[in-house]
Amino acid sequence: METIHLTGDTLNNFATEIRQTTGEDTSRCYQCGNCTAGCPYTEFFDYPVSQIMRMIQTGQREKALNSRAIWLCATCETCSTRCPCEIDVADVMDGLRNIAYREKRFTERDIRTFYEAFLTSLKHHGRIFELEIIARYNLKSGHLLTDADLGPKVMKQLHFLPKRIKGRDDVARIIKRFMEKK
Amino acid sequence: MIEKEYAYYAGCSLEGTASSYDRSIRVILKALGATLRETEDWSCCGSTPAHAMDHVLAGALAARNLAIVERMETATLTTPCPSCLSAFKKAHAKVTQDKAFSDEVNQLLDLPYKGGVKAKSTLQVIYEDVGPDAVTSKVTTVLPDLKAACYYGCILSRPPKLAAFDDPENPVSMDRLLAACGVDVRDFVFKTECCGAAFGVPKKEMVLRLTHKVLTMVQDCGANCVVVACPLCQQNLDLRQAQVNRAMGSSFSIPILYFSQVLGLAFGFQPEELGLDKHIVSADALIRSRRPKGAEDAAPPVKEKARKSTAQGTAGKPGDAPGAEGTASAAKEA
Repeated sequence: METIHLTGDTLNNFATEIRQTTGEDTSRCYQCGNCTAGCPYTEFFDYPVSQIMRMIQTGQREKALNSRAIWLCATCETCSTRCPCEIDVADVMDGLRNIAYREKRFTERDIRTFYEAFLTSLKHHGRIFELEIIARYNLKSGHLLTDADLGPKVMKQLHFLPKRIKGRDDVARIIKRFMEKK
Repeated sequence: MIEKEYAYYAGCSLEGTASSYDRSIRVILKALGATLRETEDWSCCGSTPAHAMDHVLAGALAARNLAIVERMETATLTTPCPSCLSAFKKAHAKVTQDKAFSDEVNQLLDLPYKGGVKAKSTLQVIYEDVGPDAVTSKVTTVLPDLKAACYYGCILSRPPKLAAFDDPENPVSMDRLLAACGVDVRDFVFKTECCGAAFGVPKKEMVLRLTHKVLTMVQDCGANCVVVACPLCQQNLDLRQAQVNRAMGSSFSIPILYFSQVLGLAFGFQPEELGLDKHIVSADALIRSRRPKGAEDAAPPVKEKARKSTAQGTAGKPGDAPGAEGTASAAKEA
């Protein structure tokens, strides 16, 4: 069994970091498990969301940021809706993703590839071009046939040219300024 | 009956896989007398990929659009898409409540956002500003074969403080709008369960399992169609229904309609005008029996007819759970 040595620093540093990132006070969590009970994704998680909350309280930064759970959470807001301590749990999960992104810890490669295909499309056109996202995802992920079975069906729903907006340079500038600031 | 005009933000999905949602929303809002002004040169709200990466980036991508609406001098932005709505609400809340966040967001923008725009889902506009009675007054057609499960998805009414609309656990707005059109609305317990959202591409196995659960519960409640207000829910349930059947050994064939399409049919519009031909699982068999309102009983007494239409509009239908009345009006006040 893993032993965790709790000192003042371990106990406070990570929780403080989360508070600075999200504004949420995770010390209010008393481990009732309501978030986990309602979480539709818990069967897919490596750690249930209530355990992630406990990891924050006990300073287990590595474990939380390297978990798959933070990437598999879809921000469905069930946990935030039901938390008796009124912690925005989904926002805490989002904050963990933000930190993991900055530190380039990606434990779910395909999800990251999909997000980046989405943001690339956004940067190029100002709006999302669905066909381009799936093509880029399939190439970068190596899963070349993802949703190929939907091909004939989805044809009547897709448009085949990007909807480029006049302000696409404004949008590209938002992303550029953000990247430079990092 | 309409408070004023709205800035309209369709969102990227509604230009692509969800174009039928856009078409049907425009058709019914016009019929209900609302004015939609296009948000000029709108850009993507950022959605899940942006907020997963960074809250300030997400805030700026959403706020670019809010700043455009602010300059249109229209106080309310409406979008049919819950994901765009959530992006706008979160950006607005943080910009107006947190000065440091607001400064960081505005440093990324060419045109700063000052915090003067309220975002509402188009469902909320129709339910609260137009109202079920006005909807009933536009009904010309009955849909006797529809047995609807209203599926709201996760974020239309949640988290409650941010959404400030309907009930977070048992939303009733769609149930009541459909009941106002005389549709048989079923009790459905999975109203707000998640369908798998944007994970359809990178984590399909997860989405197929979650979607299978939703469709199973739809069948259990005796419904023969699902009525939705979210392009992602529609896509996961309709486009992926054959994938669900293959992966889970099921044999669902359940049409997935936008609430705006059901209202449009009840107002007498043709399926093609509402984009129903774009959907994968056909609703043809369920809507074939539609007929002019009142045609079912040959010349009923006028008094009785009037009473019947009022009952359709306001009385609790089976879809309204006990206590829903109180919670919905509480949500409206908040």
